[in-house]
Amino acid sequence: MAVVAGLTRRPLEQVSGLLRRRFHRTAPAALQVTVREAINQGMDEELERDEKVFLLGEEVAQYDGAYKVSRGLWKKYGDKRIIDTPISEMGFAGIAVGAAMAGLRPICEFMTFNFSMQAIDQVINSAAKTYYMSGGSQPVPIVFRGPNGASAGVAAQHSQCFAAWYGHCPGLKVVSPWSSEDAKGLIKSAIRDNNPVVVLENELMYGVPFELPPEAQSKDFLIPIGKAKIERQGTNVTIVSHSRPVSHCLEAATVLSKEGIECEVINMRTIRPMDIETIEASVMKTNHLVTVEGGWPQFGVGAEICARIMEGPAFNFLDAPVIRVTGADVPMPYAKVLEDNSVPQVKDIIFAIKKTLNI
Amino acid sequence: MLCSVAKKKKEGSTRTLRWPCGFEEAARGGEVLKASRVLVASRNFANDATFEIKKCDLHRLEEGPPVTTVLTREDGLKYYRMMQTVRRMELKADQLYKQKIIRGFCHLCDGQEACCVGLEAGINPTDHLITAYRAHGFTFTRGLSVRAILAELTGRRGGCAKGKGGSMHMYAKNFYGGNGIVGAQVPLGAGIALACKYNEKDEICLTLYGDGAANQGQIFEAYNMAALWKLPCIFICENNRYGMGTSVERAAASTDYYKRGDFIPGLRVDGMDILCVREATRFAAAYCRSGKGPILMELQTYRYHGHSMSDPGVSYRTREEIQEVRSKSDPIMLLKDRMVNSNLASVEELKEIDVEVRKEIEDAAQFATADPEPPLEELGYHIYCSDPPFEVRGANQWIKFKSVS
Repeated sequence: MAVVAGLTRRPLEQVSGLLRRRFHRTAPAALQVTVREAINQGMDEELERDEKVFLLGEEVAQYDGAYKVSRGLWKKYGDKRIIDTPISEMGFAGIAVGAAMAGLRPICEFMTFNFSMQAIDQVINSAAKTYYMSGGSQPVPIVFRGPNGASAGVAAQHSQCFAAWYGHCPGLKVVSPWSSEDAKGLIKSAIRDNNPVVVLENELMYGVPFELPPEAQSKDFLIPIGKAKIERQGTNVTIVSHSRPVSHCLEAATVLSKEGIECEVINMRTIRPMDIETIEASVMKTNHLVTVEGGWPQFGVGAEICARIMEGPAFNFLDAPVIRVTGADVPMPYAKVLEDNSVPQVKDIIFAIKKTLNI
Repeated sequence: MLCSVAKKKKEGSTRTLRWPCGFEEAARGGEVLKASRVLVASRNFANDATFEIKKCDLHRLEEGPPVTTVLTREDGLKYYRMMQTVRRMELKADQLYKQKIIRGFCHLCDGQEACCVGLEAGINPTDHLITAYRAHGFTFTRGLSVRAILAELTGRRGGCAKGKGGSMHMYAKNFYGGNGIVGAQVPLGAGIALACKYNEKDEICLTLYGDGAANQGQIFEAYNMAALWKLPCIFICENNRYGMGTSVERAAASTDYYKRGDFIPGLRVDGMDILCVREATRFAAAYCRSGKGPILMELQTYRYHGHSMSDPGVSYRTREEIQEVRSKSDPIMLLKDRMVNSNLASVEELKEIDVEVRKEIEDAAQFATADPEPPLEELGYHIYCSDPPFEVRGANQWIKFKSVS
């Protein structure tokens, strides 16, 4: 598994090992936490806070999670709160939705979102639409989470990005964390939200460490769903992305900075409801927009951003058409050279930026 | 009918290698690997021997497969060679994975050789087979060469899917993969059986799934329709006791997988004994071909490796358990002991086969490591079938790939 060093404005040092829970919280300094640990912490804190919260999914309990995201939780909370399911996605997703309807707050894990296709009827028809169909009387406070999108060498059936699919549906909230701070704040918000929330994690980001600022170490740290974050300020071009490609955008920005091009990098954090206002404000400042995503181009996140920009005030501020950088429009190939060329690379982002700036 | 012969094609050919069927091919010398010692060597071997095999547990069946079977020397040597080839191929894949020459997912079937070889021994090459992702063994028994399989694992152009599929997506004639989504292959298999019935050629489909997949709802949907429409489908549950890290007791309300077809008759088979598997398969195949509809077989087997190469395989089971199965029930050992003890073969002869197999695997691994990756120009190929060429978008609107059917 390739590990991409997460980039923020401050340089990072790689750190090994788990966050030790004995660490003093009284004088919080910035802490190195991997995305995996951040999700684990977020779930742990919410399990502790509200006894109605429970986690179910394949291998989440005794195996500590297929990707070790739920490590230690079964040991701490036991069989009642952390449940290993058989390989029955449609069944256990339905069971989770039913439990949510009856007042519990399940976290339903899909080992990857590819397998959620087996259960997608329950996610959309039973979870997303129910509050509306019931005229506001039946909420479904459920979280569906798991890794989404491309990994490394897992081929076509295990590499699809579902941001556009889930983002399409009213009634759902869809978030896509990039950093550890994102992961922790968003999972906590998702669990506390009374609506069905889809949390699209990324397997290649699980092992990446980020600095967790002091405020993010609080047990009540939440990131609001529906609000994007400007990861890097800039003046020449706006780059909008979500999940792992945010790392590539920041890398591209660093390279271009040396050439005098300052990119404003926006981390969407939420797919639905989309924070188009932050994007518009940025475009009205920079006059250029490039979107970057791992998913396929047709009917994708970038396509939606383009449409909304055209419908809003920012259109008249564009000096060039919006450019989309996406995954290639093919089922993910296995061979490395083909796979590398089927996902957005830093060079593709740099190329797109220069194109829109006419350089 | 089983063929243990791989016919090597010209050097440099990127075509996948196919198994010729029929003993006639095996008898031809030349480039062909020696399959059986037809000539009498320095001692006289028995031509065949009769063995007792375990009685199968039956569900909704008056009688089951026979409890004795005749194994010919020729068949025995074939089965031995095939099982040994699968074993060594999987171990080579383990090695290549650890060297990072194979990437992504890699699910190995060492320990389960009697299943793929035994099933093949009980059917015809014109029958059909589909399984899930622990598929390298079946890809071989269904006719692809070790070369084509290893080169697919290493993602090279000489791989059976031209490097685009990888471990879980290998296909061959009458072999429909290699499927990554647990349980999804079962309705597919019922559909292949529907086609068999439709085509009226007396063909059947073997539809495999694991103990973990047995809890998938779509399997029960497939059972219902197969029984309703009397599809010639043998549903086969390869029960290796663990679905990834979850033991059968923790996943299933009923672990009698052979009974879970309910209205579908079933049998539970010792999946470590290739002769048991062969007889059960012959029995089940005859049942299906007679037009009575589907039947279910549970093969009780065991995998030595973890679920995949990322699973050490010892957090949910003990090393003692693995060791016990290896020492008491190893399928290759069981066949070897039988053959040697009834004078069907000598220890030295089988050792020679081991040496030949090792060489074959080594050569295939060399090829798989040296063969180049698929050309970038072909990234967009094979999206549609039978369509004129079109353009495929790459990472941005200026990167275009040609797509050819």
